Amino acid sequence: MADSHATAVDTAVASPQLRHHFADMEQQKNAASLGMWLFLVTEIMFFGGMFCAYLVYRTKYFNAFAAGSQQLSIGMGAFNTAVLLISSLTVVLAVRAAQDGKRKQLVSYLVITVLLGLTFLGVKGVEYREKFEKHHVPGPTFQFTDTFDDNGKKIPVDAQHAQLFFSIYFVMTGMHALHMIIGCGLFTVLTVFAWKGHYSPGYYTPIENAGLYWHLVDIIWIYLFPLLYLISRHS
Amino acid sequence: MASAAIPANQSPKTNYLTNGYSLKSWLLTTDHKRIAILYLISITLFFFLGGFFAMLIRLELLTPQGDLMHADTYNKVFTMHGIIMVFFFLIPVVPAVLGNFLVPLMIGAKDLAFPRINLLSWYLYIIAGVLFLHCMLVGGVDTGWTFYPPFSTSASNTNVIEAGLAVFIAGFSSIFTGLNFIVTIHRMRAPGLTWNRLPLFIWANYATSVIMILGTPVVAITIILVAAERTLHLGIFDPKLGGDPLLFQHLFWFYSHPAVYIMILPSMGVISELIACFARKRIFGYNFVALSSIALAVFGFLVWAHHMFVSGMSLYAAMVFSFLSFSVGVPSAVKVFNWTATLYRGSISYATPMLYAFGFIGLFTIGGLTGLFLATLGIDVHVTDTYFVVAHFHYVMVGGVLMGFLGGMHFWWPKISGRMYPEAWAKLSALFVFVGFNLTFFPQFILGYVGMPRRYWQYPHEFQVLNVLSTAGASVLAVGYLLPMIYFLWSLRYGPIAEANPWNAAGLEWKAASPPTTFNFDETPVVTWEAYNYDEIDAKPQEVPVGR
Amino acid sequence: MSEHATSRGFYVALGISLLVLTAVTVGAAFVNLGPFNPVIALLIATIKATLVVLFFMHVKGASEKMTAAVVISGFFFLAILLVLSMADYLTRAWR
Repeated sequence: MADSHATAVDTAVASPQLRHHFADMEQQKNAASLGMWLFLVTEIMFFGGMFCAYLVYRTKYFNAFAAGSQQLSIGMGAFNTAVLLISSLTVVLAVRAAQDGKRKQLVSYLVITVLLGLTFLGVKGVEYREKFEKHHVPGPTFQFTDTFDDNGKKIPVDAQHAQLFFSIYFVMTGMHALHMIIGCGLFTVLTVFAWKGHYSPGYYTPIENAGLYWHLVDIIWIYLFPLLYLISRHS
Repeated sequence: MASAAIPANQSPKTNYLTNGYSLKSWLLTTDHKRIAILYLISITLFFFLGGFFAMLIRLELLTPQGDLMHADTYNKVFTMHGIIMVFFFLIPVVPAVLGNFLVPLMIGAKDLAFPRINLLSWYLYIIAGVLFLHCMLVGGVDTGWTFYPPFSTSASNTNVIEAGLAVFIAGFSSIFTGLNFIVTIHRMRAPGLTWNRLPLFIWANYATSVIMILGTPVVAITIILVAAERTLHLGIFDPKLGGDPLLFQHLFWFYSHPAVYIMILPSMGVISELIACFARKRIFGYNFVALSSIALAVFGFLVWAHHMFVSGMSLYAAMVFSFLSFSVGVPSAVKVFNWTATLYRGSISYATPMLYAFGFIGLFTIGGLTGLFLATLGIDVHVTDTYFVVAHFHYVMVGGVLMGFLGGMHFWWPKISGRMYPEAWAKLSALFVFVGFNLTFFPQFILGYVGMPRRYWQYPHEFQVLNVLSTAGASVLAVGYLLPMIYFLWSLRYGPIAEANPWNAAGLEWKAASPPTTFNFDETPVVTWEAYNYDEIDAKPQEVPVGR
Repeated sequence: MSEHATSRGFYVALGISLLVLTAVTVGAAFVNLGPFNPVIALLIATIKATLVVLFFMHVKGASEKMTAAVVISGFFFLAILLVLSMADYLTRAWR
């Protein structure tokens, strides 16, 4: 009775993806979905620690944060936001294609998603390079000189806390980028599996769950963009 | 009713222990019971390692002058003791060993919802453990288990990053366990097993898992920030670089205060099972005990800054946190009062697990009430960082968690191993643990109250008598911990064969064989009875396959 | 299994409205609204996030109330972290 997985699987419902300890596919799918959502909650709390740091320091050192924030490129930030939003759209269309069992459509949406993710990372890389060139990377080489706001008014320098802004900028966007890299890797693997026809209208949980992950990473950026780039331009 | 039960004397049948003997069959297993055993072995090793450091601390404190080790060594020794005991013993011990073994059995499931993630979580624990052992061998870490900056970020020249990384990975192990439990409890309950029929152990583990999922990620990112600060000179916590060290304390205690409920809640769940079984009664106020677990999980997140009253935080916030801290007393008291009320007119028997349950109630009450002292802003200022605090949290963590764990191990040992432990030795060691524990830690309340600070390797002469008492108690305690390990191992070979239900207890886990088969139940049980239906069980003793 | 509550056109429209909201929030950043700049930006961000959660992540229309409960409790405990931490920073007698 207790000899192997194989017998348990064979005698169960015909679906080959049903694992032995579940009663049916419905239960398995619900379990996977709940598990994914709980994982997303851990991600929210993980980034939550950094959002807390941001909130505290922005309150304490608003002027330094404003000065630091002016140094970021709204153009690139907005472009990246658009890229991520479009990628979320392609992900949801991929899930839809998987539901319908349209393999080619699924594969192409997944490929577009990965490409959009890589675009985001590329733009992020350009932004990071600019920070290196302007010595805005925290550390011994950090420099922060007088800055001017949009009206040409001089903003007093508080280099120490401007460095704090860039510390938080790099930590938050860096962690976000790391999640993007993981997401791109994940979708690349799923693309291969989808190409090989692993998914069907009866079984597409991995696509759905990876999609949930991608949307969450998108949501985090939806908040990072205004917090880091936009809201400190006026006071 | 017991149609799903396996006839108890059908011993030649393959059980989870005899289902494969190769090393591979253990290391690649996805059976929750085998993973529980893997956890049991590895956590026990870490417990004795942490205990070794505790002995070094007590030996150093036997005499007032620092004669056994240097101050720097002593700093490392108490740090090792703290990190090992908190992150590698107390947090995983009950959920990962007893929870892993019992959650699927108690709810009539074949396994946890994600067996491979369960195995992954054990491997993460091992990776974290090996990393920490390596960190220890190459020189250790001396920040205290709390990693406070700026000491941890710029002053300490020990292996803070490696130790932090170990804690980070161990954190993921605990997140995966929690995630697994929540999904399992939601999705895999046997037909008829409604929420208010669940054993209280399940409720307790559910609440624990909630904390694991919500709290652990915050400490994970905090530790990453400390590591980033050390390597990349990002100034997030270091005041020299513009940061605020108090922010670290906020983020750290946002997890680490609820973490004490990760430790104690599962043990409380164990105690509920033990009290009901050995008083032969349904738990008094079942709903209140169940919901008090959830309440502890939620309130636990509202009180963290009582660890920071003297840190320089806002006085007004301190008052709010002091007030909120008292709220935790309510669900804790609900549990203690309900356990005591359960004993009223129960037919109490004094088997070893029940002795531990009694020990738990007494020690947890002392630990909890002194917690109210510490929640009181005015008193806390005086006893912060003294041995009063040390005694308080040892009463809760050791007096609570370990009593619960040992009680549970004795109670479920027949289920886990299929053998009975020697009752006389077990009673003796329970006595050792209780006496040794109180002798070790009660003097520390007095020491702290008269002003002995924690984390020093030497102390004025007038504190010596109480310190000697404490060290003497620690040696008795050590015997109390070694004995069970010896007789549990002994019983694996020589103990009497256990029946499926040696305690005549309620609960689905006792309807499976001892030890259970790999998939626990031959057919999924259907539950038509309330939890702890001891009046029904005792009214019809023939119902249970083999009585006593 | 393959029935849809939502058509592809709906998703595309939703994607376009998310992009429009992004344009609005960028535009608003260049206008000096005083203390309302952060308010507007975060309000728009929250609207965008809510749209993504409800429709892209299929929380709306899910048969399970559980998913919504999980999401809400996640944000609830995040709020506890932020609010109680700020309770300290905003009431300090010293800076």
